[in-house]
Amino acid sequence: MSFPWLTVTALVPIVGAAVVALLPKRPGSAVTKQVAFAISLVTLVLAAIVGVLFDVGGDRFQFTEQYEWISAFGAHYAVGVDGIGLTLVLLTAILTPVVILASWNDGETGRWGINAFFAWMLALEGLAIGVFAATDVFLFYVLFEATLIPIYFLIGGFGGARRSYAAVKFLLYSLLGGLLMLASVVGLYVVSADSQFGPTYLLSELSQIQIDQNVGRWLFLGFFVAFAIKAPMFPVHTWLPDAAAEGTPGTSVLLVSILDKIGTFGMIRFCLGLFPEASQWATPVVLVLAVISVLYGGLVAIGQNNIPRLIAYTSVSHFGFIVLGIFVLNSQGQSGSTLYMFNHGLSTAALFLVTGYLIRRGGSQLISDYGGVEKTAPILAGIFLVAGLSSLSLPGLSPFVSEFLVLVGTFSHSVWFGAFAVLGIVLAALYILLMYQRTMTGPTRPTLAGIRDLSVREIGALAPLVLLIVLLGFYPKPLLSVINPAVGDTLQQVGVSDPQPDVPGAASSPAEEESSQ
Amino acid sequence: MSVTPFLVLSAILFTIGCVGVLTRRNAIVVFMCIELMLNASNLALITFARQHGNLDGQIAAFFVMVVAAAEVVIGLAIIMTIFRTRRSASVDDASLLKY
Amino acid sequence: MPTAVVPSLGETAVPVVDPASAGGVFSLLWLIIALPLAGAAVLLLLGNRRTSAWAHLLGCATVIASFVISLVAFFSLLGRAEDDRSVVQHVYTWFQAGSWTVDMNLLLDPLSALFLLLITGVGSLIHIYSIGYMEHDPRRARFFAYLNLFVAAMLTLVLSADYLGLFLGWEGVGLASYLLIGFWQHKPSAAVAAKKAFVVNRVGDLGMALAIMLMFATFGTTSFMGVSAVSGEASQTVLTVLGFLLLLAACGKSAQVPLQSWLLDAMEGPTPVSALIHAATMVTAGVYLVTRSNFIFELAPVAQTGVVVVGAVTLLWGAIIGCAKDDIKKVLAGSTMSQIGYMMLAAGFGVAGYAFAIFHLLTHGFFKANMFLGAGSVMHAMDEDVDMRHYGALSKALPVTFGTFAMGYLAIIGFPGFSGFWSKDKIIETAFGHDMIAGLAALLGAGVTAFYMTRLMLMTYLGQKRWEKGVHPHESPKVMTVPLMVLAALSVLGGVLLLNDWIVDWLSPVVGTAEHEELGIPALVLTLIVVATVAVGIVIAWLTVGRNPVPRTAPANVSFVTAAARADLYGDAINEGLFMRPGDRFVEGLAVFDSDGVDGAVNGTAAAFGGLSGRMRRWQNGFVRSYALSLFTGALIVVLALLAVNLA
Repeated sequence: MSFPWLTVTALVPIVGAAVVALLPKRPGSAVTKQVAFAISLVTLVLAAIVGVLFDVGGDRFQFTEQYEWISAFGAHYAVGVDGIGLTLVLLTAILTPVVILASWNDGETGRWGINAFFAWMLALEGLAIGVFAATDVFLFYVLFEATLIPIYFLIGGFGGARRSYAAVKFLLYSLLGGLLMLASVVGLYVVSADSQFGPTYLLSELSQIQIDQNVGRWLFLGFFVAFAIKAPMFPVHTWLPDAAAEGTPGTSVLLVSILDKIGTFGMIRFCLGLFPEASQWATPVVLVLAVISVLYGGLVAIGQNNIPRLIAYTSVSHFGFIVLGIFVLNSQGQSGSTLYMFNHGLSTAALFLVTGYLIRRGGSQLISDYGGVEKTAPILAGIFLVAGLSSLSLPGLSPFVSEFLVLVGTFSHSVWFGAFAVLGIVLAALYILLMYQRTMTGPTRPTLAGIRDLSVREIGALAPLVLLIVLLGFYPKPLLSVINPAVGDTLQQVGVSDPQPDVPGAASSPAEEESSQ
Repeated sequence: MSVTPFLVLSAILFTIGCVGVLTRRNAIVVFMCIELMLNASNLALITFARQHGNLDGQIAAFFVMVVAAAEVVIGLAIIMTIFRTRRSASVDDASLLKY
Repeated sequence: MPTAVVPSLGETAVPVVDPASAGGVFSLLWLIIALPLAGAAVLLLLGNRRTSAWAHLLGCATVIASFVISLVAFFSLLGRAEDDRSVVQHVYTWFQAGSWTVDMNLLLDPLSALFLLLITGVGSLIHIYSIGYMEHDPRRARFFAYLNLFVAAMLTLVLSADYLGLFLGWEGVGLASYLLIGFWQHKPSAAVAAKKAFVVNRVGDLGMALAIMLMFATFGTTSFMGVSAVSGEASQTVLTVLGFLLLLAACGKSAQVPLQSWLLDAMEGPTPVSALIHAATMVTAGVYLVTRSNFIFELAPVAQTGVVVVGAVTLLWGAIIGCAKDDIKKVLAGSTMSQIGYMMLAAGFGVAGYAFAIFHLLTHGFFKANMFLGAGSVMHAMDEDVDMRHYGALSKALPVTFGTFAMGYLAIIGFPGFSGFWSKDKIIETAFGHDMIAGLAALLGAGVTAFYMTRLMLMTYLGQKRWEKGVHPHESPKVMTVPLMVLAALSVLGGVLLLNDWIVDWLSPVVGTAEHEELGIPALVLTLIVVATVAVGIVIAWLTVGRNPVPRTAPANVSFVTAAARADLYGDAINEGLFMRPGDRFVEGLAVFDSDGVDGAVNGTAAAFGGLSGRMRRWQNGFVRSYALSLFTGALIVVLALLAVNLA
């Protein structure tokens, strides 16, 4: 029995959360923050060990553990990661310490004090890692719903003026999706009870069961709607802008960069993995919704005057790209999507945090209240620009590779979807540069003349993100080499292969005249 | 001997109790009306016991009497407390538990 | 490895990119990019304050070092056999997904070698010039960081052997251009201009992105080697679409109609930036793209016609704008647009024109950089005033600037013997060889060019003093004038590249060899016609501007044509009316739709349930009697139901 790396990685922050919650509350003491930060660093080290030990050429799922849990349902405690899961576990482990460091002083104004603030953050980290590692549908479902609890309290307890509204809205949206998913989970029990495996929730067994076409489609829909709400896709996205505007910057990062990834992760793992036929059946509609998300999110973002809301809408657009890449069902699209999840996590985190610094200094979320910040806070402006440029997928920064892979995959699938989705890159330039121009350039506003530039702690929190964004922009291979085999396995499961080029670059084919799709 | 008169009497008593509960405001009277309904049902139970020639109905009637006695103890106590605090035994005055 | 030449669909032969692997000197290729990149990284990471003492030295040193390596590489290439002048260096694999592998490969061939020299050579001179020009700017270190970043990106653009790598450089120069146009971003106009440049370029990038996607879908690869080897086998539709997409990309970067609107605003940047980025190098990237993609354009004649049309329209468009502007930099910007139009025109003629397009690109790089820097020198002397109506008689005050500027002037109008004469003459000749209309447009453009450049010379250097009060023009320091002199010399002598048709032969392994076209008239006669047209332009300028005193404010009641030219031929107005205003309204409407429509539906549902429960809780009125009544009613209903079931 090998060491249960994944369980430990997930448990350390959860146990740590309990410890942090119980620490004595002394005003002005930084012990809580330091302990929380240390725990998140330990988790990062553990996740890094998992990443290093992961054998790229090995089995699809590694670090597997499996124990019987509720035998009547066939539910197991089963965990394990493939390249896709590993990428997201790493993302979670990287972002949490960053968020804790960046939110150093954000928990003090909340309802329950900093102990609760950091404890909920750590709890969320542990649960999220569990979600990304779960290989049992029932376990996944339970953890999926459990992640709502910390984020509900984080938004509702430590946010802006309308935080209760935002928290309840988020919770209701998510519960609605969760309810539909629960129906599908129950349905899976019924399907599996009649199969050769008896009742089971193990992914490895469920994926071998032949599910009746109609049943499969209904079950698919239950999962898909839940994930689409989570992602979020048009038209079920409106909880995100509210939640992002009301939560603290750190909460928004956890929400958008980590929690929302569960949606797109679930699409790959469960929608494609369990219901290949239904996924292909739904592809046209999903692609249309994804392209609408891309364009709609971008356009609405251009019209926003509230910085966190604007970033939330850019995420709707980016999640459109991710879903697009997942459902075009080819390796470029899906590798791009998985990489996109990671990169979007980094770039959006940087954007939320740096604008969070700005908002803390300027005391307003409205773009129209800013101007000329570059003059007084050049480092802030510089990091803001890098984060913004990564959000608009400038080549050389990490999101470019992923976005371009998605676009190329989409184009290979269908010229028209590709042609429409690519318009997103112009919209991205508009919403980012307009925001930058209005907040950072021009004459400095008198109210902003005295603001400080970033402190060492604040730079320290953002530096790893910026570094990763640049590094992965030029050298994404470490991640792609992990992702590519997993994507290959997923596509094999769905039973599709990549489209062949009309005129392959290597050999010349005689049948050249029958051209494009 | 026909059971019909007994059942008719039971029904009449029950109806009187029922109407009393719905129309009277004095808590004591409402309480008495409930007792009336309970006793009406006791009468019906005993009538059926007699008709069927076994003791089931009588036992049930005893149960009802025990429950009624317990109810009187608690009910009168509640009414007493309400009267003491509000100087009134009207059920309409004790309507705070609402939307 | 010999360069294979495959016969393809037409009778033209399209050379295949088939480089040897780089060894010896060529293994240093990556350093050409890495040096300025490292310079930029060091300066940006250490920050403005800590580096201000030595930033300019580092900035210049990295670019000059790159220039030296480029020079060595160029001469090494020159020393090799003609069919062996193409080497590729594999740096690393950028990324790989499915069957698509994108390598960071650097391709050095005759085409990219010329660009290397232009970029690092002119780049070095402009770096040196900037030491003087930006001396009093508190953020000079930052400026040099951006300049280095630009040079690195531009070198990536021309050295990459893959369309995606080219795109990396392509967007990189866009970023550098954005940063440098908005360098004085405390000025709102500069910030807006920077954003406009980036966004308009992004529209062009759409074309680039789509072209790359289409290439991958069609060929399964995006490297020059892979695509050029099989481009002949793709269907005509695909090739034509590819050609037009690449043309769209080129229009964005090279400020060609219809994506020309950003270039004039880009003059908000510091003048060395206008010289380096918006005249000599970056804006010519579109011409490079078309020339580099000759294996596509040669097979897509319709797209080539598109290139010719764009080039011809732009060369007149830019020239007309140049005639009406009073801002010295905007005149030069209009002129840049027009000259790039010439290059595009030439590139659109295919094999016959590529070499001349590149030739004109080089000479234009020299003389336009020279004139922009000269304009910078003038502005320096005139307290940053750019209005030519406030100049006049500066030839005495700024003798060196005047002298060098005059060389550039003679070169651009095509005065016989100067570099521009040779390059423009060849383009006009080629144009007449292919198409009479294009030829006439090019000829007319030459005349208009002569007009507006003469007007600029007259208003700036000759005539009466019209200076603002308190302005005391003085010649610029040596660090600025020496680069001017070097560029002036190059403007004069650039024509030597055409000796023995050297540049045509040099580029032939990349772009192919053309059959010599027979013109209807002797070439010499055509040259005379061109010179005569230029002379007419000069005379008209003299008659309208030189003879009369220039008013200090622009006359208000002017002809429709002048008004239109002053308004950039309504390019901005069209964009605003067609895209920005409706776009603004659309976006605002969409934001309202999102908050009231989509979110409204959600909140509406919530409100409906809330309202319903508000009604229903009224039933909980607190009266025991009504609870009892509902209880009895319920019991009655149950009894009745049971009876009904029993009876039925």
